[in-house]
Amino acid sequence: MKLVIGIVRPEKANDVLEALYRAEVRGVSLSRVQGHGGELERVETYRGTTVKMGLEEKARFEIAVSDDFVQPTVNALREGAQTGEVGDGKIFVLPLEQAVRIRTGEADQAAVTPVVK
Amino acid sequence: MGVPLTVAQVDTGDTAWMLASTALVLLMTIGLGVFYAGLVRAKNSLNTFMMCVSALAIGAVMWALIGYSLAFDGDGSLIGGLGHVALNGVGFEPREGGTIPHLVFMAFQGTFCMITLALISGAVVERMRFGAWMVFAALWSVLVYAVLAHWAFGGGWLAAEGALDFAGGVPVEMGSGFAALAAALVVGARKDYGRQALLPHNTVYVLLGAGLLWFGWFGFNGGSGLGTGNSSVLAFANTMLTPACALLTWFALDLIRGRRVTAVGAATAIIVGCVLITPAGGFISPGWAMALGFLGALPCYAVIVWRPRTRVDETLDVLAAHGIAGFTGILFLGLVAQMSWNGVADGLFYGDAGQFWSQALAAAVAPAYAFIATFVLLKVLGAVMPLRATEHDEAVGMDVVYHGEEAYVTGEGAILVVPEDGEKEVPVANPV
Repeated sequence: MKLVIGIVRPEKANDVLEALYRAEVRGVSLSRVQGHGGELERVETYRGTTVKMGLEEKARFEIAVSDDFVQPTVNALREGAQTGEVGDGKIFVLPLEQAVRIRTGEADQAAVTPVVK
Repeated sequence: MGVPLTVAQVDTGDTAWMLASTALVLLMTIGLGVFYAGLVRAKNSLNTFMMCVSALAIGAVMWALIGYSLAFDGDGSLIGGLGHVALNGVGFEPREGGTIPHLVFMAFQGTFCMITLALISGAVVERMRFGAWMVFAALWSVLVYAVLAHWAFGGGWLAAEGALDFAGGVPVEMGSGFAALAAALVVGARKDYGRQALLPHNTVYVLLGAGLLWFGWFGFNGGSGLGTGNSSVLAFANTMLTPACALLTWFALDLIRGRRVTAVGAATAIIVGCVLITPAGGFISPGWAMALGFLGALPCYAVIVWRPRTRVDETLDVLAAHGIAGFTGILFLGLVAQMSWNGVADGLFYGDAGQFWSQALAAAVAPAYAFIATFVLLKVLGAVMPLRATEHDEAVGMDVVYHGEEAYVTGEGAILVVPEDGEKEVPVANPV
């Protein structure tokens, strides 16, 4: 059981979601974050004030998956988020100690397995 | 326009109202900017607004330099003359038959040209290059707007054929609506169109912009009698009635279709109603103006529902809200115009079938000219410069790419660049 975190360009978030659904990965959290990953700073000017924008908008996916799904999830994130330019983002895979589905109390493997209706 | 019995004299009441009307119409372009900005995604909202702001600048300058002369100098059949180039001879004396200073007339008509340019931008927002847009707008204002305005208002052949157009159904509404369709076809769809849901980012802006437009439209229609006479008063009252009726129709259609009354729909209905009454304002009775609002909203609604199912990314539905509504209004006027209300002409229902055919001619010719001329103009322009942003720029958003600004900037992570120190930076955030 792993937690996959993918930090991607916000404009690629929809592509990532599509790729995840195609890989049959369900159960996704998405948040808006700001980050800096070495891309060139963007210069903006507001009247006389010129600033370099050191932080870029990013979308952060958090996906808890069973071990079999780690690689498909990582692949889907890459496939959906890649443009080839600096600033495409990162994927982190972390061990996950425990997962509980709040509705049923199911734990761990059962909790991260999608509900089949 | 009657034949003056005495030497043209300025009427102060007329002039006062026309000064105010001109300012009201100018405000409409900003209202349109708010409306359009709310309808696009946040990352493109400034650029969308700036297209309207640039229309103010380009429209006014081109109008003063050449557009006004081509539209309103002389009564040539196809195009006006060059006598008023760079506002030559436009002063305090009224035009023939007028009661307001020539300069006020020029400025009032100029604000129509400005908003028409801004309207077309709705077809190409979120992907057209800002520079290409400005070049297009400058050329369009002369090659299409001035021509249509001359045909309908400036003594050109459409007016000579007897076609009535009170406040711009031909040059403004059908002109922009069918130009928008051509522009959407030539520039092409946004890269995400049809793949992702591209939603309005601020529906309060949409309603606010629509409200400002309705407010300004009292000057647009109410000023198109070029004074404070009966036709202006009639158009003014009708500008209150028709949009209100269009709103009620829209509410009903929304209820039937989705079981909810929508805000974006309401904003659209306000504009549709204002457009419907634009050509007919000073010619039809208040009762018929209400009928026009109730009935005229139907074809516009149908096109708005149908268009997104096509591959044509006419993004903000200028065709439906302006082209189709203008078309409907100009035909409707041919049916229900009443001499007893307008002192000019009767429509088909009141015994003059010829008037309806004159209106049908305008409804056929204006869309055709606007569409074809815009299509050719953009094809030629596209051969000498790229019309649209790269896929990368489209993904990032037009605001950052073309303006170096964002609509909703937080300032987090922004590092101040102090001009006096040249290269030296003052770090306010130091991301690791």
